[in-house]
Amino acid sequence: MSAQEPVSLDNLPSRNQADSTSARMERDLSSLFGDYLLDDAYDEMRTQDGAIRPHYRALMETIANLPPDELLRRKQSADLSFLTQGITFTVYGREEGTERIFPYDLLPRLISADEWDRIEHGLTQRITALNHFLRDIYSEEKILRDRIIPRDLVYSCKHYRRQMRGLDVPRGVYIAVVGSDLLRLRTGEYVVLEDNLRVPSGVSYMLTNRRVMKRTFPKLFHSYGVKPIEHYPQLLLNTLRSLAPEGRPEPNIVLLTPGVYNSAYFEHTYLARQMGIDLVEGRDLVTHDNIVYMRTTDGLKRVDVIYRRVDDDFSDPLIFRADSTLGCAGLFNAYRAGNVTVTNAFGTGLADDKAMYAYVPRIIKYYLDEDPILNNVETYLLTEDASRQHVLDNLDKLVVKAVGESGGYGMLIGPQSTAKQREEFRAAIEANPRNYIAQPTLDFSRAPCLFGNHIEPRHVDLRPYILFGDKVNIVPGGLTRVALEKGSLVVNSSQGGGSKDTWVLESQGEAVQFSE
Amino acid sequence: MLSRVADSLYWMSRYLERSENTVRQLDVTLSLLLDTSSTTAETRWLRLLAALGNPPGLTWTGDPDELTRTLIFDPVQPSSVTSCINLARENARQVREEISSEQWQRVNRLYHHIRSPQAQNQFRSNMNDFLATIIDGIHLFKGVSDTTMIHGEGWQFIRLGRYLERAYATATLLEVYQESLLNLPEREHSGYQYLELVGLLRCCTSFEAYCQVYTADLTPDRILEFLVLNRDFPHALRYSIDGVRQSLDAIQRTGGRRPPEELLATAGRLHSMLRYTTIEEILDGSPGRFLHSIREQCLRIHELIYRYYIHYSIQSALAV
Repeated sequence: MSAQEPVSLDNLPSRNQADSTSARMERDLSSLFGDYLLDDAYDEMRTQDGAIRPHYRALMETIANLPPDELLRRKQSADLSFLTQGITFTVYGREEGTERIFPYDLLPRLISADEWDRIEHGLTQRITALNHFLRDIYSEEKILRDRIIPRDLVYSCKHYRRQMRGLDVPRGVYIAVVGSDLLRLRTGEYVVLEDNLRVPSGVSYMLTNRRVMKRTFPKLFHSYGVKPIEHYPQLLLNTLRSLAPEGRPEPNIVLLTPGVYNSAYFEHTYLARQMGIDLVEGRDLVTHDNIVYMRTTDGLKRVDVIYRRVDDDFSDPLIFRADSTLGCAGLFNAYRAGNVTVTNAFGTGLADDKAMYAYVPRIIKYYLDEDPILNNVETYLLTEDASRQHVLDNLDKLVVKAVGESGGYGMLIGPQSTAKQREEFRAAIEANPRNYIAQPTLDFSRAPCLFGNHIEPRHVDLRPYILFGDKVNIVPGGLTRVALEKGSLVVNSSQGGGSKDTWVLESQGEAVQFSE
Repeated sequence: MLSRVADSLYWMSRYLERSENTVRQLDVTLSLLLDTSSTTAETRWLRLLAALGNPPGLTWTGDPDELTRTLIFDPVQPSSVTSCINLARENARQVREEISSEQWQRVNRLYHHIRSPQAQNQFRSNMNDFLATIIDGIHLFKGVSDTTMIHGEGWQFIRLGRYLERAYATATLLEVYQESLLNLPEREHSGYQYLELVGLLRCCTSFEAYCQVYTADLTPDRILEFLVLNRDFPHALRYSIDGVRQSLDAIQRTGGRRPPEELLATAGRLHSMLRYTTIEEILDGSPGRFLHSIREQCLRIHELIYRYYIHYSIQSALAV
C-alpha cells in the first residue's frame, strides 16, 4: 500500500486476519466516528474527502481493534496516574483549593518528519532573529535608526525595560527558553500566532503526557517510531550552564519560583527535580555586595545562574514593583554587576508584544537577510494608511485586538459583532491607530479526540519549546493544546482547554499496523 | 540544603508521625472500650485527649462517635488526622523536587484516600480496617522514604522530625499514664488490668517486642523501663533520642559550618540522661517530673534546630 494514497473509511485494508475481524473493525470505526464532521478547517487526520491520512492509519486501526471498554479502562488508568503523580493545577476560589488534573486527550497528535523539519528550521530562524533584535534594541538600536521599526512603538511598550540599556548579557543571549504558539491554517501551512519570550510554561505537561502515553499505548508508540523528547531537562540544564558568569566553572544553578500558589508550581518542581537543581523562592535568596546567596542549612551559598519563572515586575522590589515579595531585593544590581545570570533576561517581553509581532517578518529580513520560513498570521498594522483603510472597510470580517490587552479583552470579533461595537472600534482606531492590530478570523486545524467511546474533531494548536544557549535546540514535538469544547477556538487551560501528546515521527508516517 | 526545604521535610515527617500516633491511640482506646471494666468510658476518652497533649478545641462532650469523627476527619481541627495529613502533604508539595516520586505519591495517595467516599464507608462499616489502612499508608511512606531517597541531609531532617515527634508523643503518653499505671495493686492481675497494660504497650506498638524481652509477665515498672530506657526498640524514648542525636550529627557532618554547640549539648545531655539512668532511680524520684523534663528538652531541641539551621540571621551567617 502506498503511503501517499489515503484510505477511505469505507474501504479499509484487510489485514492478515480472519475476515470477521476486519468486518468488526469496519463496524467499530463507523461507530467510533459517529459524528466526525468535516468543515473548512484543516483536519489533522482526514483529508477533505473523508479519507484517513496515511500517518494516522495505524493509530485508528489500533483504536478500532481494542476490545469494548478497553479504551475507557486505559483512560481511567491514565487519569489515576496523573492524579497520584500530583500532575494537577489548582482551581481557586473554593475551600482549600480544589485540585484538578490537567485535562488531556488520549489520542496523540501526529506530525510527520518533513513537517517537523520545516517547523524546526522556521523556529530556529525566528528565535535567532528575535534575539538579535533584543540585543540591538538594548544597545545600538540600529533597527530603529534604519527606520524599520518606529521608535515610539518600542519606547511605549510596557515590557520595554530602560534598566537593560547598555548591559552586556552573558553570551548575548536574552531569550534562552522560549515557547512559540503555532497554528495550522486551512491550507495545512503552519503559522506562528505568538512567541512567548518571558516565562513560557507547559513543558512539564509535554513531558508527563509522553510518560503516561508510553504506558498507555506501549506497542503503538514503539511501532510508530516517535522521536524522543525526554532529554529536555538535560538540554535545559546545559543551556543554563552555558550562560554562567565567567570564572564560575561549577556554577550553582537554581530555579526561581513564585511559590506553591502559582498555577505552574508543579512544573517548577518537576523541572528542578529533573535537572537536579534547587528550587528557590524569593525568600530563600539574599544579596550582599552584589552577590546573590541562598539560605541553606549550612549557611549562605552563592548563586550563579537563576532560571527565572517570576515575571520582570515581581523580580526585584528595589527596581521593579516595590510591593512584590516574590522576588529578591538587590537581584537586578547583582545581575548588572555580572555576578549572576538571570534568564530569560529582563525586558524580553518587548519582542513578544502584539504590535511588535507584526514586525517579526521584517525583523527576520533585517538581521538575517532571509525570508521567514514560518509565516505570521496575517496582521494589519493600523498605523499604515492602506492597511487601516482595508481594516476599516472590513471590520465585520476581521478580529481587532488592542496591543496592550490580553485574555480576550479589548477585542472585536468582526463576524460576531454588532454595528454599534464596530462603530466604537472604528472611532477608537482612528483616534489611536497605534494601539490596535487586526487579523483575519482564524480557522485553525482540528485533530481527533476521544470522547467516551467515540471520536470527534477539536481545534488544536502547537507550542514547541525552544532552548537557546550555545545554539538553538528544539526537542521534537511540544505541547498540543486542545479546545475540548465543541466548536470552541479557545485552547487555554483556564477556559476548557486540554492537551495531548505530540508524536513527531522518524519517518513520513508509514507505521506498521500493530494491535495493542 | 535550603533552609526552607529542610523546614518542610522536618514538618512533613512530624505531621505524619503525629497522625500515626493519633490513629494508634484511638484504635487502642476503641478496643479497650469493648471490655467492661472499672475504668469508665469518660476516663478513657479524657485520658486519650490528655495523651494527645489536650489539643485546643477538642473536648469530651459525652459523644464518642462525634469525638472519633472529629479526631479523624475535622479539617478545621488542626490536630485531626486529616489536618495532619493535609499539612504533611502541603509540606511535601513544597519540596517536590527534593523527595522521590514514590514518597510524593505515597503521601498524595494517603491524602486522596482519607477524603474519599470509600474512606467514609470504611469508617462506618469497619473501623478497624479503616484505621489499619491509614497506618499502612504511613508505613508505606516511611518504607519508601528509606528505600528511595538518598540518605543525605534531607533524609536526616525527615528522620529528625520523626524521632523528635515520637519522643515527645511517647513522653506525653507515659506522663499521662504513669500515675494510674504505678498505682495498680502489686501483682494482683485481674484480666482487666492485664488488658490495660497491653493497651498501653499497644499505643506504642510494643506488646510483642516487650514479650520478647520480658516474657508476657506484664508489670508496670518493666513496661516503664522498656518504653523509656530500651536501646533497641524504635518506640522507646531512648531509641528515639538516639535517633535525634545521630541525625543531628549527620547533618553537622554534611556541612562545613561551625558546630551548633548548644544544640549538640542539649541533645547529648538528654541522650546521656536516658543512657545512664536506671528504672529504679526514676521510680525513686518523681517519674512524672522525669517524663515532663524529657518533653521540655525535646521542645528546647526543636527551638535550637530552628535557630541554627532554619531562621538564622544573615549577619551571623556572613560572619562565619
